[in-house]
Amino acid sequence: MRFIDEFRNAELARVVIDRIHRRSKRHIRLMEFCGGHTVTILKHGIRQLLPPTVEMLSGPGCPVCVTANADLDKAIALAREPGVIIATFGDMLKVPGSYSSLQKVRADGADVRVVYSTLDALQIARENPERAVVFIGIGFETTAPTIAASVLQAEEEGIKNYYVLSMHKLCPPVIKALLNSGEVRLDGLICPGHVSAIIGSRPWGFAARDYGIACVVSGFEPLDVLQSVAMLVEQLEKGEPKVEIAYRRGVRPEGNLRAQELMNAVFEPSPANWRGIGVVPESGLRLRKEYQRFDAELSFDIDPGPTLEPKGCLCGDILRGVKTPIDCELFGDACTPEHPVGPCMVSSEGSCASYYHYGTL
Amino acid sequence: MCLAIPALVKSIEGNEAEVELGGISRKISILLTPEVKVGDYVLLHTGYAINVIDEEEAMETLELLTEMASMEG
Ligand code: SF4
Repeated sequence: MRFIDEFRNAELARVVIDRIHRRSKRHIRLMEFCGGHTVTILKHGIRQLLPPTVEMLSGPGCPVCVTANADLDKAIALAREPGVIIATFGDMLKVPGSYSSLQKVRADGADVRVVYSTLDALQIARENPERAVVFIGIGFETTAPTIAASVLQAEEEGIKNYYVLSMHKLCPPVIKALLNSGEVRLDGLICPGHVSAIIGSRPWGFAARDYGIACVVSGFEPLDVLQSVAMLVEQLEKGEPKVEIAYRRGVRPEGNLRAQELMNAVFEPSPANWRGIGVVPESGLRLRKEYQRFDAELSFDIDPGPTLEPKGCLCGDILRGVKTPIDCELFGDACTPEHPVGPCMVSSEGSCASYYHYGTL
Repeated sequence: MCLAIPALVKSIEGNEAEVELGGISRKISILLTPEVKVGDYVLLHTGYAINVIDEEEAMETLELLTEMASMEG
């Protein structure tokens, strides 16, 4: 397919790999923020192709994985409310909360429907005017504008039975929180391509400026990731950390202004609870006052009960970049994609699922 | 979760567009990319075009890498 195949060209990849080998002198640690990049890196064995001087770490960029149990429990409690239809992206179905999952409550009779888009969720609301349709709003800046668009559409059409449980998260603030914690030492960051398609490359400026971290916004094909690593090596060898875009066909420095406008019209920043990281100020999105009637949390009186964490699961540490899935005793035995203990094994972009599917080296 | 794939815009009607994606036709929302034209490729994410792909930039990136290849070769 166009814009995919060209960026899988093995010959060009070889050249970029050679260049990285030649240019890389000092030992550096790079984090790929995004779970999508983790998949590309593991699937194509990119780690093994890099010189020993380049160490790669996976970051917290998987929206399903970073959703805290307390929030999952809210979604599951909402599914149990009489008359409610839950509309959710498929990734969320199997994620275990404290006591259950959306899949389990569905088996017990709850009306949980998997949708591909908020457009489908709106359609369910139109077709079921007597029921309340709650969309489980997870995702980063990539997805939030599409959810904002659905709220605006519902407002315009006067759809009264559409609600959003907003568990959206923002990426730059969590990177800042990770850097402030001092727990992981990083030299460079492979910045998320599709988050940056919306917000642009500028919001990463703080990392280069205040923390001396080299930043390159990357696409998701193997050649994209290799090019980004080469650019990071170049920046670090020169000792000039800055923000660059490798994924120029998809990302402009200013981002998608229209999408930002819609997102800002409907949502405002709020504290958000990240699994393993905790509450990070201004790292989430809640509905603005004008749109609060769409807020599922305010519209339903739910009591999910106290939160329980999965025993032995290291997802939190993995999301902070301080452990890897192979450090987990449950990995591949008690925890598999069929019987996941934690969310990092559920989501196709979770580190544990990626390690499971594409090998653990 | 943030997956977005290139799709070719075949026709446009208001806020909707018909796109082709690996031989399959599908209706998407172009609310987030009002500038899109027929013949453009967009990045498609959960039913919405989140950006128009810049073909020129794509070509330049590939040229840059090819140049690197000839230099190294
Ligand atoms: S392997 Fe399973 S239990 Fe272990 S950290 Fe990953 S998701 Fe959690």
